[in-house]
Amino acid sequence: MDRRVVITGMGIYSCLGKTLEEVKDSLYHGKSGIIFDPLRKEMGFRSALTAHLEIPDLKKELSRSQRVYMPEQAKYAYCATADALRHAGIDQDYLNSHEVGILYGNDSSADPVVKSVDTMREKKDTTLVGSGAIFQSMNSTVTMNLACIFKLKGMNLTVSGACASGSHAIGLGAMLIRNGLQEMVICGGAQEVNPFSIGSFDGISAFSIREDAPEKASRPFDRDRDGLVPGGGAATVIIESYESAVRRGAPIIAEVLSYGFSSNGDHISVPNVDGPARSLEMALRLAGIDKREIGYINAHATSTPKGDANEAKAIYQVFGDNMPEVTSTKSQTGHEMWMAGASEIIYSTLMMKNDFIGANINFENPDEDSAKLNIPGKRIEKKFDTFLSNSFGFGGTNSTLIIRNL
Amino acid sequence: MTKDEMIAKTIEVLAEEFEVETEVITPEADIKKTLDLDSLSLVDMVALIEETFGVKIKGTEVASIKNFGQLYDFVYERMEN
Repeated sequence: MDRRVVITGMGIYSCLGKTLEEVKDSLYHGKSGIIFDPLRKEMGFRSALTAHLEIPDLKKELSRSQRVYMPEQAKYAYCATADALRHAGIDQDYLNSHEVGILYGNDSSADPVVKSVDTMREKKDTTLVGSGAIFQSMNSTVTMNLACIFKLKGMNLTVSGACASGSHAIGLGAMLIRNGLQEMVICGGAQEVNPFSIGSFDGISAFSIREDAPEKASRPFDRDRDGLVPGGGAATVIIESYESAVRRGAPIIAEVLSYGFSSNGDHISVPNVDGPARSLEMALRLAGIDKREIGYINAHATSTPKGDANEAKAIYQVFGDNMPEVTSTKSQTGHEMWMAGASEIIYSTLMMKNDFIGANINFENPDEDSAKLNIPGKRIEKKFDTFLSNSFGFGGTNSTLIIRNL
Repeated sequence: MTKDEMIAKTIEVLAEEFEVETEVITPEADIKKTLDLDSLSLVDMVALIEETFGVKIKGTEVASIKNFGQLYDFVYERMEN
């Protein structure tokens, strides 16, 4: 069995907006979601730059007993997923009567861990940690919460693949559907934004210190980039078999043509060229398309010196002189990490559906490697029907998705 | 703290944490039903009482406390007044 996989719903909770319309406008106008957070400076951070997000108040939507197990990223994921299900025309009756799965990217839940440990150390009484801490603290917190809230009955699993988690979640969900094991899977990625979650990341000097100009700090591929800016939120796509979508009369947004993946087998933090290139090649081969059909590449590029350079080399190695436009939406959002692979599918799809490629903001001067790519520093109006999205992570995990307009 | 003050404080913190109206917390009312507690959220009630009054309710003791009146008696007897 080799079934077609389509996207029928999208929802997002992002620093660029809480609705698809808001996010589309932010992409169109090149808005940055990055701010300076004074609290991080007080906490001893080297960089106080971060994406800005409010934690949603879900008191009206969910009971106390549902909310108490949810850390912030599960709340973002709930909002994104509820919107995506509505977008796909899925109600609770449908979820009750079908085996709908969930595969969601998440690779940390630091805030509840830190708070629990603080309580245990101070009070020396584990009861005082409370009932929510265990469920909030686990990596699978997003899927365990959403599976119970939405009463899901299919595959129920968290994908922890570092900064490629969200992309792998969509790719693996598509594999389940393509093989006939699931009809529909809720896929996505979530990322906590609290300082505790990225303090250790700040500690390895990975972040930009351009604190006097937060909106200019995330500058993927630019010659003067000096590190990434952490971001977060959640993004959900509803994927299902083409037959299921047609049977339901659902609005079909796009098709997941292929999922390529690879492992670098190399350094824990420094990406190489060969691993990403193999992921790109695999996605193109499985899609069964000519690379000239790719109208846009959403790069992983996070604004780190080495990472962007090696991704540029990998893209050039694969695409050569047939180079479509390449941008990194992280120039606007910062690095949404566990969420990024899913959110960037939504960002790219919104651009594809609205015939534009948003600017790679802050791209002012190329370096030797990015000069070989076709990177628009300004928004361009362009109709394209197929895009490729890269996501790479610590440990050398790589994921590439190719999506086609329908 | 008088017993009446302790009762008022108990009602206040339980109503806020478990999102119920203060009026439903009466001495005769069943705690689990009134606050909609399962085995997990019962832990939160025990922790809240300990945080508020410094009174620890052991697992073996919590089973014998059925209504709020029994809870008030249990806590007041063990409070350091």
